[in-house]
Amino acid sequence: MLYLAQLFALIRKELRAILKDPSSRALLFAPALMQALLFGSGATYDLTHAPYAVLDQSRSAASTEIIARLEGTGVFQRIATLDNSSQIAGQIESGDALLVLQFQPDFAAKLSGGAEAPVQVILDGRNSSTAGLASAYVSSIIAAYNADQGAVPPLTIVSRAWFNPNFESRWNLMPALIASLSMLQTLMLAALSVAREREQGTFDQLQVTPLTPTQILIGKALPSILVGLLQSTIIYLIIRYWFGIPMNGQVWLMYLGLITFTTAAVGLGLSISAVALTMQQAMLYTFILIMPLMLLSGLLTPVRNMPEILQWITYANPLRFGIDLVRRVYLEGAGFRDVSFDFVPLLAIAAVTLPLAAWLFRNRLS
Amino acid sequence: MTDLTVTAENLRRSFDDPNIGKVVAVDGLSISVRKGELTALVGPDGAGKTTLMRMFAGHLKPQSGSLSVLGIDVAQDPQSVQDRISYMPQRFGLYEDLSVQENLDLYADLHGVPAEQRQERFGRMLEMTDMARFTERPAGKLSGGMKQKLGLACTLVRSPDLLLLDEPSVGVDPLSRRDLWKIVQQLVDDEGLSVIVSTAYMDEAERCAQVFVMDKGRLLAHGTPAELTSRAKGLTYTAIPLSGMPARDLQAGLIDARDLIIDATPQAGNARFIRQPTADEADLRDLLGGIDTEPRQEELEDAFMMLLREQEQEDKGASAATGVVGRKQAIKDDKPVIVVRDLVRKFGDFTAVASTSFDVAQGEIFGLLGPNGAGKTTTFRMLCGLLPATSGHLEVAGRNLRTARAQARARIGYVAQKFALYSNLTVRENLEFFGGAYGLRGRTLKNRIREVLGQFDLDPSAQSGQLPAGFKQRLAMATGLLHQPEILFLDEPTSGIDPLARRAFWRMITALAQTGVTIIITTHFMEEAEYCDRIAIQDAGEMLIIGTPREVRAQAGDRAGQTMNDAFIAVVEQHRADSRSRQVAA
Amino acid sequence: MSGSGFISRLIALTRKETRQMLRDRSNLVVGLLLPLVLILLFGYGLSFDVTDARVAVVLEDSSPITLNAVAGLEGTDYLSPIWLHSMPEAEAMIRAGEAEAILRVPAEFTTDLAQGRGTLQLILNGVDSNTSQSIDGYATGAISNALEHLADRSDTRFTGSGVTVVTRTWFNEAGNSTWFLVPGLIVLVMTLVGAFLTSLLIAREWERGTLESLFVTPVRPLELVLSKLAPYLIIGAIDLIMCLLAARYLFEVPMRGSLWLVVLSSMLYLLVSLGLGLWISGVTRNQFAASQMALLISFMPAMMLSGFVFDLRNVPVAVQVISQALPATHFMSVIKTLFLAGDYWPTVIRGLGILTCYAAVLIWATHRTLAKRLD
Repeated sequence: MLYLAQLFALIRKELRAILKDPSSRALLFAPALMQALLFGSGATYDLTHAPYAVLDQSRSAASTEIIARLEGTGVFQRIATLDNSSQIAGQIESGDALLVLQFQPDFAAKLSGGAEAPVQVILDGRNSSTAGLASAYVSSIIAAYNADQGAVPPLTIVSRAWFNPNFESRWNLMPALIASLSMLQTLMLAALSVAREREQGTFDQLQVTPLTPTQILIGKALPSILVGLLQSTIIYLIIRYWFGIPMNGQVWLMYLGLITFTTAAVGLGLSISAVALTMQQAMLYTFILIMPLMLLSGLLTPVRNMPEILQWITYANPLRFGIDLVRRVYLEGAGFRDVSFDFVPLLAIAAVTLPLAAWLFRNRLS
Repeated sequence: MTDLTVTAENLRRSFDDPNIGKVVAVDGLSISVRKGELTALVGPDGAGKTTLMRMFAGHLKPQSGSLSVLGIDVAQDPQSVQDRISYMPQRFGLYEDLSVQENLDLYADLHGVPAEQRQERFGRMLEMTDMARFTERPAGKLSGGMKQKLGLACTLVRSPDLLLLDEPSVGVDPLSRRDLWKIVQQLVDDEGLSVIVSTAYMDEAERCAQVFVMDKGRLLAHGTPAELTSRAKGLTYTAIPLSGMPARDLQAGLIDARDLIIDATPQAGNARFIRQPTADEADLRDLLGGIDTEPRQEELEDAFMMLLREQEQEDKGASAATGVVGRKQAIKDDKPVIVVRDLVRKFGDFTAVASTSFDVAQGEIFGLLGPNGAGKTTTFRMLCGLLPATSGHLEVAGRNLRTARAQARARIGYVAQKFALYSNLTVRENLEFFGGAYGLRGRTLKNRIREVLGQFDLDPSAQSGQLPAGFKQRLAMATGLLHQPEILFLDEPTSGIDPLARRAFWRMITALAQTGVTIIITTHFMEEAEYCDRIAIQDAGEMLIIGTPREVRAQAGDRAGQTMNDAFIAVVEQHRADSRSRQVAA
Repeated sequence: MSGSGFISRLIALTRKETRQMLRDRSNLVVGLLLPLVLILLFGYGLSFDVTDARVAVVLEDSSPITLNAVAGLEGTDYLSPIWLHSMPEAEAMIRAGEAEAILRVPAEFTTDLAQGRGTLQLILNGVDSNTSQSIDGYATGAISNALEHLADRSDTRFTGSGVTVVTRTWFNEAGNSTWFLVPGLIVLVMTLVGAFLTSLLIAREWERGTLESLFVTPVRPLELVLSKLAPYLIIGAIDLIMCLLAARYLFEVPMRGSLWLVVLSSMLYLLVSLGLGLWISGVTRNQFAASQMALLISFMPAMMLSGFVFDLRNVPVAVQVISQALPATHFMSVIKTLFLAGDYWPTVIRGLGILTCYAAVLIWATHRTLAKRLD
C-alpha cells in the first residue's frame, strides 16, 4: 500500500513535469499531429498528377483515342504538347515531365496494316519506383485499348489485392506511422528523463528518498509509455478518420501490441538515460540509435529486401515488430495467433532493457 | 578628462517575467565611480547588482536615464566601451574542454594582445594565480576556486581601463578568495586600475575605497567603508555567555528579540550583537538577564546589517522562519549517530578521501570545511549513500545507507549544494512529491505541507524555478525537513544567499539542533563555522583537524588573528607547508 | 584595429572551435561515424527492388501446358514459387505472412485456354502496395512470356497484332532503386552533419555562460558565426568524400554530371544546413530545444518531403508548397540530376541560386541572433 502510494507520488510528479507548461505540452503532441498530417499527404508512392508530355506525329484517330484514355484515368496530367522530337530531352531532363508519349508518323498506317504499331514511352528514371509505376500504367491502358479493338488475348490474369484493393501506398505507410512517430518522441522522453535529473542534481535528491530502484523505474517508465500511447492514439484517429483508411482488425489487439512495443522502446530509452551523464549525451545516443532503428524497420522499404545479415540485426529492433504488428492488425485484420510471434522480440527487448536500466540507476558511477 | 569612470543618472531597467509580471531590477539609480580606485557594490539578492554590471558592460540597454562609462555613452556605442573594459560575469564562461593555456591564448587573441606583451603578462598571471603547474590541464578539471582564478586571469590578459567583477567569490573557499583579492589589489596598486566589484562579503567591501549599498534596485547608502561603518557607532557589543551555554543559543535568544536587537551572530565563543538605537536600556537588561556585555569596535558588516534591517522594516519584509521546526526527539543514549572509520574513496589513481575517521553525536551540528576540491563533497556523498566507499566502515543511524533497505533513508534529510528540486513544478507540487516519496499520505501529508509552508513562509503556488535564491533555499530546506528526519545533511546551503537570509537560516538550524536533530553541514562562510558544535577541516582528502571552533582556533595559533576565516587559512597552509617539507625530506 | 583584428580574431575563434570539436568525441561520432553507418545502411538496407517474392502457386489443374506456363515463375530472380494444391492452405500462408501472393490455376484452365479464354487468378497481399504491384507485373510478364514461347513452338498465335509499348527509361534503365537512393543519401548526410551538430553550438555557449564572456571582448557577431562554420565545413567535406567514394565503388552509381558541380552544390547545401543549425541554436539558446527543432524542421522533412523517396510530383499542392520551401528539396533535385542525368544547366543554376540565397539569409539571421545584447 505504501509502495503504491510512493509510486503514485512519483508518477504524478513525472506527469506534472512533462505536461506542466503549455509549450512542453505542445512540443509533445503538435509534432506528432503535424507529421501525421504532412507525411500522410506527402509520403506517397502513388501516381496522382503524374505530369507527361505528348508528341503526336501521327495525329490519327487511334493516337487521339489512346491519349484520351490516358487522360481519362486521372492519374496523368498533360503539361505540354510537343512539335518535334528534339523537345523531348528538355522535358525529361528538367524533370518537368515524368514521361513523354511519342506516336511516330507511321503509327496509324502500321496499326491498320495489321503490323505491330509501337508507341514510344520515354520515362524519367531518376526515381525508379515512380518510373516503374508509370510504365505499368501505360502498358495496362494500351492493353485495354487492344482488348477493346478485338484483339482478345487467350489468357487473362485477374489480379486482386487483398487488404489494399487499390494498391494505395498510403495504406501501407500510415499505420506504420502509428508506431514510428510516437517512438521518436517516447524514446527521447525516456532517454532524457533520468539524464535531465542527473544534470539538474535532482537525481541525488531522488536517491536519498526511500524510493527503490524498481519504483523509480516504474515511475519513470509509465509516464513515457502513457505519452507514447496518447501520441499513437492521435495518429491512429487521424489515419482512421482524416485519411479514412479502414481498420480491419481488433482495436484491443492493436493497443496490446502498442503497449508492448512502447514498453520496449521506453526500456531502450531508459537504458540510454541511465548510461548518459548529461542531457547532451542522452540526446546524442538517442539520435544515433534512432536513425538505424527507422531505416531497418520496414517503414520505407520492406525488411525482406534487405541483405540477410541486416535482416538478422532487425531482430533487436522493436520498431520492426511494432510496425509489423500494427500494419497487420490494422490492414489485414490479423488475429492474436497471426501476430503472436511479433510479441516475442518485443517482450525480450523489454525484459532486457528495463532491469538493465534499473540496475544502472544505482550503479552508474558519477 | 574627468576622474570618473562611470557616471549614471537616474538609470532604470525592468524585465518582463511571464509569471510575476514586470520586475524592476534597477530603479532610478544615480551613481558616480572614481578612477583608479576599488569600488564595491553590496546588497542582498535582487538588489540589481548584476543588472547594473551588465549595463556598465553594455550588455543591457538602460530603459531610461543616462549612463556613461569611460566618457562614452554605452547605449550609443557599446563596442567602444567593450574594447576598453574587462568584465568578469558571475559565472565566467571558461571553455571547459580547452586547457588553461588555450583559454588564456584565446582571450589574448580576441583582445589582440601583441605577442611580446603576452609572455610577460601570462607569466605574471600564472604566477599570481599559482597555476603555472596546471597550464595543460583542461579548465573543466579545475576546482571551483581555480576556475574562478583562471576566469580572472582570462579577464586580465590585457590591462583594461576599467575592470568589472560580478560576485567573483561566490562558492570560492577562503584561500582562493584571498588569492583573488591579492591579484586585484596588486593591479590597483601597481597599475592604478579602476575596479568595480559586487560582493556579498563585507570583509571584501572593507578593502574598497568606495562602497555602494543597494537594495531593490535603489541606492541605500554610499561612502568610504569608514563613513558607512560609523553608522553603527556605539551600538555594537559582545555578549559573553555563561559557562556551559553554547554561544549560538545566546545568539538565538538575542536575534529573536527584534525590537531590541538589530543583529546577532556567534563569534569566538561569544555572541556579538547590534542593539537598536531606540532600544530601552531596561528592556535590554531584561533580555540579557545578567549576561556580561562589552562594547566592541563597529565593523562594516554591522552597518550593512543595520541598513538592511531598516529597509526590511520599511518593506514589511517577510519574517524569517523561527519556532520549533522539528519533532522533539528523545536523546536515547550517548551512542553516536554517525560513525566513520578509515573511510577511503579513490577515483582511479586519485585519492579523493584518504583514511578518515570521526563520530557525530545526536543533536550535534557538525561542520565539514575545506578548500574547493578538498574531498568534503565526496565524504558528504558517501555519508548520504550516494557514492560507494572504496574501503572503510560507515554507519549512519546504525546503517550504511548505500546498502540499507530503502526505508532506512526515510530517517535522513538531504539538501543539495545547488538548488536540486524540480524547477518547473510549483512549491506545493514539489512538496507533495517528496512527501509522497517519503511515504507521507493523506491528512498527514497535508498537515505537514501546511506546517512547512507556514514555517518557511513559502507561497505554495509559486513556480520553484522562479523563486529568488533565498526562497529556493527555503524550499529546499522545507523539502528536506518534510518527513521530520533525525539527521539532516546540508551541502553548502548558504552559498550565494544574502546575509539576512543566512541569519534566518541559521536561526532555524539552531532551533532544529535543540530538538535533537543531528546536522551535518558544509560551508564556505567560515564565520558560519561558529554555529557548529564541532568542525572538521579537510584538505587534499586528508582530515586536518576535528574539534570545537574554539579548539580549532587555538590550534591555529595566535598568528592567525581571531576570525574563523584566518584560523582556517592558517590550518590549511600549515598543513600544506608540512607536507611540502615532508616531500622535500623524502 | 579593424582589418587585421578581424582576421586574427577569426583565426583564434576558429582554432577554439576546432579544438572543442575534436575534444568532444561525441561530435566525431555523429559527424563521421554515423554518416558511415548511414551510407552502409542506406546502400544495403533500403531497397525497393523485389527479389525472391514468395508466390504460393495453387495448382488445381496440372496438365503439361499449365506446368509449362507456371514454370515461367521459376526462371526469374524476382519470384520464388511455392507449390501447393489447396486454396485454404495458400490463404493461410498469406495471413501468416509466409507468402506475398497466390497464383491460382483453376481446374478448367487447360480447357479454357484451348478455347482462348484461359483465366488465372493472382491474389496479392496489397499491404505493401509497392511490392505487390511489382509482383503483379513480374508474375504476369513471366506467364505471358512462357505462353508466348509455347505458342511460338506450336505455331499458334495467342497474341494478336495491335499497339505495343516500347518503353525507354532514361537515366536508370534497370530501374535500380539504389541509383536514386544513394544520391539522396548525400542530402541526408549533409543535413545531419550541418543542422544537428551545429544546432548545439551557440545554445551550449549560452547555457554555459561563455558567450557573455566573449561579448566583452572586441569580437563581432559575424566572426563568431564564421568561426563556428569552418570546422564543420571540413567534417562535412570528409563526409562528402565518403559518400562519393561509396556511391562510386560500393554501389556503382554512375555520375553523369561533372564532379566539380557535385562538390560545389554539396558544399553550398552544407553551408545552408550549417547555417540552419546555427540559426536554430541562436534562436532557442537551449540545447534540448535546439536539437529537437533541428530534428523536426530539418532532418525529418529532408527525409520525408524532399523527394528523397517520395516523388514530389505526386503530392497535393499544399504539401508541394511546403516542400518547395525546404532547401533540401532543391539540393535533392540538383544532386539527382547531376548524378543520373548530367549537367542539365537550368536545374543546376536554379538550384544553386536558391541555395545561395538560403545560405546568405541564414548566416545573416544567425548573426542577428548574436547581437551583443542579453535582452
